[in-house]
Amino acid sequence: MSSVLFDAPGPKARTRYRILGVFTALVILLIVGFIILRFAQSGQFEAKKWQLFTFPLVQQTIVQSVGATLAAFATAAVFSLILGVLLAFGRLSDRRWVSLPCYGFTELFRAVPLLVLMMIFYYGLPTLGVAITPFTAVVAGLVLYNGSVLAEIFRAGIESLPRGQSEAGYAIGLPKSAVMTSILLPQAVRSMLPVIISQLVVILKDTALGFIVTYNEILFQAKFFGSQIQYASPIIPAAMVAAVLYVGMCLILAAIAKWLERRLSRKPGAAIIPAAAVPAEV
Amino acid sequence: MDTLLNNSDLFLTGFKNTLILFFFSAIFALILGTVVATLRVSPVPAMRATATLYVNVVRNTPLTLILFFFALGYPKLGLVPIDFTTAAIIGLSLYTATYVAEAVRSGINTVPVGQAEAARAIGLPFTQTLTLVILPQAFRAVIPPMFSVFIALLKNTTVAAGFSVFEAGAIRANLSERGEPALTGLLWVALVFVIFVFVLSALQRKLEQKWKVSR
Repeated sequence: MSSVLFDAPGPKARTRYRILGVFTALVILLIVGFIILRFAQSGQFEAKKWQLFTFPLVQQTIVQSVGATLAAFATAAVFSLILGVLLAFGRLSDRRWVSLPCYGFTELFRAVPLLVLMMIFYYGLPTLGVAITPFTAVVAGLVLYNGSVLAEIFRAGIESLPRGQSEAGYAIGLPKSAVMTSILLPQAVRSMLPVIISQLVVILKDTALGFIVTYNEILFQAKFFGSQIQYASPIIPAAMVAAVLYVGMCLILAAIAKWLERRLSRKPGAAIIPAAAVPAEV
Repeated sequence: MDTLLNNSDLFLTGFKNTLILFFFSAIFALILGTVVATLRVSPVPAMRATATLYVNVVRNTPLTLILFFFALGYPKLGLVPIDFTTAAIIGLSLYTATYVAEAVRSGINTVPVGQAEAARAIGLPFTQTLTLVILPQAFRAVIPPMFSVFIALLKNTTVAAGFSVFEAGAIRANLSERGEPALTGLLWVALVFVIFVFVLSALQRKLEQKWKVSR
C-alpha cells in the first residue's frame, strides 16, 4: 500500500515496521487474552451460565425480541424516510411560511436527545390522557429525530446537484413540484445513498434505547435473562448474545449498503456527482 | 415554570452531572479518537488492521449495549470496582472515539497532497509529518463534523440515565417520585438541551471563522 504520508519503506524501515507490527499484535493479544482470562476466571464461560440459552423457549423469546427490534427499525425507517423527504421539500420551498416552520422543526428535533423524546412520548403523553405503547413511543421518537436528520441529508443532496438540472426542468415547463420529485430527488437519493444507509444503521442501533422505555427488544430481554438468579445471573453471556445479534444486523445492513452503492455506480450515467461530505449523526 | 423552580436542585445536579459526563468523555474520546485515526493511516499493517477492526465493531454496536456491559457486566468480572459515572464515561468515550477517529481521518484526507509530500521531502518521518504538518491542518478542516460528533455525545449522555447515573435523563424519574408532572419536567429538560446545542453550534461557528484555512 502506498500513501502520501510516508515514504516507500526501505530494508531498514521494513524491519522496523515488522517489529512494530509484532509489538502491536502482542499488545492486542495481551489485552484480548486478559479479557478472556478475566471472563474465564469469573466463570463467564461456565456451562451453568450458558445453560439458560439452550432452552428452546428462551431461544424463541430471543428470536421474538429480534423481531421486535426489526419491527421498530423497519417502521421507523420507512416513516423517517417519508418525513425526511417532506421536510426537505418544505425547507426548499419558496414560501417562507412553509420553509421557516420546517427549518424550526428539523433544528428542534435534531437538538433534543432521542431518549428524552422517547420519554416525552412514553411518560409524558399518558399524563395528558393519551395512552401509548412502548412500541409507538420508540418509533415516534426515532421518526421525529431521524426524519429531521434525513431531511438535512436530502437537502444537502439536492443542493449539491448542478444548477443546470433544475434549470433544464424549468426550461421544459415543469412546475417546481415536478422538478423536485422527478429530477432532483432521484439524483439526490442516488448521490446520498451511502449517508442515508449509514443513517439507517443509526436507526437500527438506536432501537436499543427502547430498552430504557421498557420496549420488549433484544437488550430488554438480555437484561431479563441476565438477571435470572437460578441460572447464576448470566448478564455477561446475555450481553454477548445481544452484541453478536446487533453487530451482525448492522454489518448486514452495511454490506447491503456497499452492494447497493457498487450496483448504482455501475449503471451507465448514474451517480456522477460525488456525495457531499455530510456525516451521519450518531 | 413551577416544576422547574420548585425542583431546581434536581435540575441543577442533573445537568451538572450531564456536563461532567460530557466534558470527560469529550476529552478522552478526542485523545483516543486521534490516536486511532493515526493508527489507521500508519505504515504498519497490523496497526491499521487493529484500528479498522475497533472502529467497525464499536460503530456497529449500540451505545446502550456498551453502557449495559460497563454498568451491569463489568462489576461481575471482579476487577477494580468503578462507580456508574466512571463506567458511563468509559463507555461514552470508547463509543464516541470511533466517530472522532472517522472525522479526523476524513480531515487527514482533505489536506492537500503537497503538504505531506513537502514534509517528506524535507526528511520528516511519519510521526512528525503527521503531528507537525498534517494533523494541525486536518483539525481545522474537521471542525463542523467534529462538533456534530460532540453534540451527539452531549445528547448521548442521557442514555447513562438508564444505568443508574443521575444526570439530565434521570430527572424525570426523580420528579415523578416527588409527584411532579412528568411531561413538564421532560419538556424543560428538552429545552435545556436545545440551549446547550445552540451554544455548541455558536462555538462551532466562532471556531470555524477563527481557524479558517486560507488556501
